Amino acid sequence: MGFDYSPWLRPEMMPNIWCPGCGVGIIVKSFIRAVEGCGWNRDDTALVSGIGCTSRAPGYVDMNTLHTTHGRALTFATGIKLVAPDKNVAVISGDGDAAAIGGNHLIHSCRRNIDITLVIVNNGIYGMTGGQYSPTSPSETRAATSPYGNLDQAFDLCNLSIAAGATYVARGHVANAVFLERLIKNGLQHKGFAVIEVMANCHTQYGRRNRHPDPAELIQFIGSRAVPAAAWAKLSVEERSDKFPVGVLHKDTVKPEYTAAYRQIQERAMERARQTAEKHAEKEKSKPVTQA
Amino acid sequence: MSQTNGREFWPGNELIAEAAIRAGCTFFAGYPITPSSEIAAHLALRLPQIGGTFIQMEDEIAAMGAVIGASLAGAKALTATSGPGLSLKQENIGFAMMAEVPCVIIDVQRGGPSTGLPTAPAQSDIMQARWGTHGDHSVIALTPTWPHEVYVETVRAFHLAELYRTPVYVMVDEIIAHTTESFRIPTDEECGIIKPRSEYPEARVNSWRPFCDYFQGKHLHITGLAHTKEGYPTTNPAIVHKSIEHLVYKIVDAQPQIERNFEFMLDDAEIAVITFGSPGRASREAVLRAREMGIKAGIFRPITFWPFPVQTIRDLVDRVKAVVVPELNLGMLALQVEKSAMRREVLIHRVNEVGGIAIEPDRVLATIEEAQRGI
Ligand SMILES: Cc1ncc(C[n+]2csc(CCOP(=O)(O)OP(=O)(O)O)c2C)c(N)n1
Ligand code: SF4
Repeated sequence: MGFDYSPWLRPEMMPNIWCPGCGVGIIVKSFIRAVEGCGWNRDDTALVSGIGCTSRAPGYVDMNTLHTTHGRALTFATGIKLVAPDKNVAVISGDGDAAAIGGNHLIHSCRRNIDITLVIVNNGIYGMTGGQYSPTSPSETRAATSPYGNLDQAFDLCNLSIAAGATYVARGHVANAVFLERLIKNGLQHKGFAVIEVMANCHTQYGRRNRHPDPAELIQFIGSRAVPAAAWAKLSVEERSDKFPVGVLHKDTVKPEYTAAYRQIQERAMERARQTAEKHAEKEKSKPVTQA
Repeated sequence: MSQTNGREFWPGNELIAEAAIRAGCTFFAGYPITPSSEIAAHLALRLPQIGGTFIQMEDEIAAMGAVIGASLAGAKALTATSGPGLSLKQENIGFAMMAEVPCVIIDVQRGGPSTGLPTAPAQSDIMQARWGTHGDHSVIALTPTWPHEVYVETVRAFHLAELYRTPVYVMVDEIIAHTTESFRIPTDEECGIIKPRSEYPEARVNSWRPFCDYFQGKHLHITGLAHTKEGYPTTNPAIVHKSIEHLVYKIVDAQPQIERNFEFMLDDAEIAVITFGSPGRASREAVLRAREMGIKAGIFRPITFWPFPVQTIRDLVDRVKAVVVPELNLGMLALQVEKSAMRREVLIHRVNEVGGIAIEPDRVLATIEEAQRGI
């Protein structure tokens, strides 16, 4: 029997805005299966996004959902998590959303190691605004704003996240949804900041300009470039060009998680305040009673 | 903070922080900027003591985002900033307006444009607060002057934010923020209504989207997109039009309840000094001295700056022969007064200072005398 998505979706929001064949759909389904796999209920889970094609996802998923401003999803999610540390908070973001306008928040969320799971849909392009190059567009990509080929060097979002201090970093892709589900599930269960980069297809805005206009073909092409992390280690520099490693690339269970660490600060502060109040009360008691 | 005989001595910024705690604030996110930074420092110390949360974010945009997230998760949330920081926050403040997320923004104004005068008083953000975001919506901004008033208005800001489901500004300046003064902590009665969000059922009518926090079993969708009453995105022109009218008129219509002004010796006044914030202090001294000289001057000071007391000022200007407007900018309040007074043929005498120094009572008095000569 197939997985029943209906309890997790909002029928009143259908049809969705995505182009037929868009990779975001595959990723949202993997995300839903992963959440259910964790045994979480919808009411204890919040899904936050910024702005972009990817960021429309929360609208379709029936849980506590928040569609914020471009690039800022992690900041809103941080506020939610700090007030409700016992709830599950996840963010879904496009590559432009997460790494260009939101790049600063990305590195600082990694550094803080706050218990939020970030799924970055890396389609190498700005889908929603009509195919401009993004910080993950490979050099020489043709885009609406790079008609002669993109001059910039692409960010490696996993390396960036590891360097910035994220404690679970993994990469998956749209050609293997079962594998992706497992990576997301592990990320959701990880206590700390988890980043799952998903290599995804935007055949409409990226593919059309870069010899991959067909979604199925582009998905296959992405899959053909994925190399499991263990095999990647054995590849030469030449062999690595045009390929990317997938799987869990980094995991750290030692670094303290932010909300748990903050709870300790609260406890210390409350205890100290209680002691001060006690001392103060004692002083008041020992004061001689003066007649007015 | 120190205390003698029931009177306290607190610098303005600490006073604001304590008033926020009194109002039930349990969350602060900010990014340091002079002259607002002590609010953050004080809350970093105090909030964990009451089980609340303080976080210093990577910039003002992030701080505003965290405040909105915290509020949606159920906390009374606060941020504090100053001119350039307020500019950065504007996009997310607009989100909070659109999604109707209660929160309070303290703006300790400094001179601009740009980095301008970081350590000196100014009143240069008042229009930024009103018009800084894109799109149509109303704004509530409070501009208290004296410590007691600053305290009471900070508490009231949290009440108004909950009641009208909107961000509320409290706008002071460096003089108020950094002056340590003697004042008496307001009583519960003086502070006005303080209650948790769950006890604001009347706010339901001020909310376009479902009235509920996250994790309360409702699976809400909240978006900055134009949305239906269920909270889902829509482009239906009739619904969008109505929802934006709702954002504007929920506050416009409530102006009589929100408006609060300070009036001093206005009953028989021929000259009205119309001012706000810290220049209200110099104005008080100037008016007292003018009265000694036999000049009938009085003060009108909007404490609720936005929505602006248009009708109240129009009625006042009708009664007097001249108006003096002292302010720490080149005429932002004067412009509002002019607009409010409309066709009244009353001369507006301006007293402006943008050099980063206070307006002295002498300058206000000299202008009152000049106005008197013109009557
Ligand atoms: C402050 C701001 N700047 C720019 C935009 C316009 N904008 C909307 S979506 C987007 C980029 C979307 O690209 P990406 O994040 O990669 O997501 P995708 O659409 O590819 O899923 C941009 C630039 C905006 N909404 N807000
Ligand atoms: S433009 Fe690209 S990213 Fe956006 S929905 Fe279409 S295929 Fe997906």
